[in-house]
Amino acid sequence: MIITRNLSVGYHSKNKKQFLFEDLNLQLNAGQLVCFMGPNGIGKSTLLRTLAHLQNPLAGEIENKSGKNIALVLTDRISSSNMTVYDLVMYGRYPYLDWNIDLTEKDKQQIDQAIDQVRIEALKEKPLSELSDGQMQMAMIARALAQDTPILLLDEPTAHLDLNNRVEIMNLLRSLSRNMGKAILVTTHELDLALQTADFVWLATSNKKIKTGIPEDLVLDGSFDEVFKFKGFNLKTGRVEHEAHRGIAVQLIGEGFTYLWTKNALERCGFEVAQKSEVVIKVGSSQKLYWEVAGEKISTLAEVLIHLSK
Amino acid sequence: MFLKSEFEGRQAAKSYDCTSIQIVIRKMTVNKTWWKQKVGLVLLLLILFLADIAFGSTTISMGDIIASILNRSLSDYEDIVWQFRIPKALTCILAGSALATGGLMMQSIFRNPLAGPDVLGLSSGASLMVAMVLLTGKSGNQLLQLVSTSPWSLVIAASIGGMMVFALIILISQFIKDNTSLLIIGLMISAATSSIVGILQYISKAEDLQAFFIWSMGTVGNTSWTEIKVLAAIVAIGLSIAILSQKSLNTWLLGENYSRSLGVNINRSRFWIVASTGLLAGGVTAFCGPIAFVGLAVPHLVRLAVPTSNHKILLPFVMMAGACLLLLCDLLSQLPGHTRVLPLNAITSLMGAPLVIWMVIRNKQIRI
Repeated sequence: MIITRNLSVGYHSKNKKQFLFEDLNLQLNAGQLVCFMGPNGIGKSTLLRTLAHLQNPLAGEIENKSGKNIALVLTDRISSSNMTVYDLVMYGRYPYLDWNIDLTEKDKQQIDQAIDQVRIEALKEKPLSELSDGQMQMAMIARALAQDTPILLLDEPTAHLDLNNRVEIMNLLRSLSRNMGKAILVTTHELDLALQTADFVWLATSNKKIKTGIPEDLVLDGSFDEVFKFKGFNLKTGRVEHEAHRGIAVQLIGEGFTYLWTKNALERCGFEVAQKSEVVIKVGSSQKLYWEVAGEKISTLAEVLIHLSK
Repeated sequence: MFLKSEFEGRQAAKSYDCTSIQIVIRKMTVNKTWWKQKVGLVLLLLILFLADIAFGSTTISMGDIIASILNRSLSDYEDIVWQFRIPKALTCILAGSALATGGLMMQSIFRNPLAGPDVLGLSSGASLMVAMVLLTGKSGNQLLQLVSTSPWSLVIAASIGGMMVFALIILISQFIKDNTSLLIIGLMISAATSSIVGILQYISKAEDLQAFFIWSMGTVGNTSWTEIKVLAAIVAIGLSIAILSQKSLNTWLLGENYSRSLGVNINRSRFWIVASTGLLAGGVTAFCGPIAFVGLAVPHLVRLAVPTSNHKILLPFVMMAGACLLLLCDLLSQLPGHTRVLPLNAITSLMGAPLVIWMVIRNKQIRI
């Protein structure tokens, strides 16, 4: 667990203190997955490094006195060509080893267990240079897990990954916090994913403070809109906003996924979906896909759109 | 070895409720022992050691070598073997392993494949002092002249030069908390001292210049038994520090942040690694002159044969391979049956450069 008291972080530049965050009173609890969000360059990584005792705070204090019970996943690239995944995960045991790096049976078990948890057994003997970005990130997480610490701090673990890998990593982190009672802090600007997985959100605001709360509260009170200044994205509906530039209103009758995706297609193409309109589309059931426009049955949405454009 | 690991496997199986086969398999895949490479390299070292003793201006047969090693009074070649060939071969082993280890450490700590033991500028510092002794010669500074009358003059001068740069680097490393800056400062010190040497060369007499030139080409043939004892002690200390630093050398591969988060005191670790490299490179330069390329090339060759990043495995291999390469270079510089000896540095670079080029082409890339 980490508690900060009036913590100010930043860096020294030309003998002057550059504050990135001031007077933070934060708490990271066991069993919680916290997403730390904010625009690029606001100082997320700096705070993370300060919490990990890699950097001194400018003022205030962190209750967790040493970095010993914290494991890290940073954005630093590792480019050692011969290092295997197993070698990398082994580093997690280094705090417990002396100069001769002799692994005990317990160390080996911890390493195997960590590799197990992120499900990368098949990659164990692979050199890091042959891993994809997603696999590399998994290996880095395994390394942090092998360190067997109650606290896990991760800096942008989902950056540069595709949706599938992003979901996998966030789900993994959530299950680690739930099942192993770890306190996990993740910096990210992956909004949608964070909103759906985080127990708690730390939101970096423009006045060098951090607003905390559960994701839904911060969505509803507009804090996210304030910080991210969305352009064409409506967070409350979770959708990109479309302009109904065609000036045609369409009344949609139906339900289920087919209804939702039909609405999506219409709005994306500039139609307005209204309560009542002369143009009516009936959506078939999800078992049997068809659309009924002006009495005519159509079997794909693309054809529906062509029909409407006439 | 296999029986032992199987036994351990069984023991572990009892206490951890795994099947012994699983554990044995894991041990075999994870604790790769590289036996083949180890045995091969030891044999190679032995062969090269004997060959280095055998070949020279006169070729000595294996029987005579063994006779003179085993029983010092019976062989005709006793004097050559004991007074010249063995000291030279031992110097090769000491210098080769020292330079290669220094190179490995510098590549790891700077995470730069082009780093070598000379990046800290120690050999340039040594060159500067040796140049002062040899090039300012008779008209030079009183103190240096006093030193230059002793048979140890070059060794002492080179040591002083190396130590001065070494002290400077250690001092700077306490203020500069960034490895890249340290690397650049080392290179700048090299450049500055080299240019002073250049000026000295420009204003010196031809015969002094030749003496300095010969020193700067490096040699392993001028070491007496007393000098070997001193060099061996220095190298032993340097290599011991390197081995004691193997854990932090490993973490340096992950960079500074991860090293610190894994509980490594990076300032202390950097101090010891720089100190060890300083001793190794400085010691060798003092006794053998600036030997080029071995420190840069050997770690890369070893990583190719033994693909691991673990310094616990790399260090002994690099030490042996360094010794082998320098023995080989010395063999080649010693044209068999000929009294002429080619300069050692010409051979190390001639050997090292194609090796590294071949390696880069084979692997498409060169990394640490």
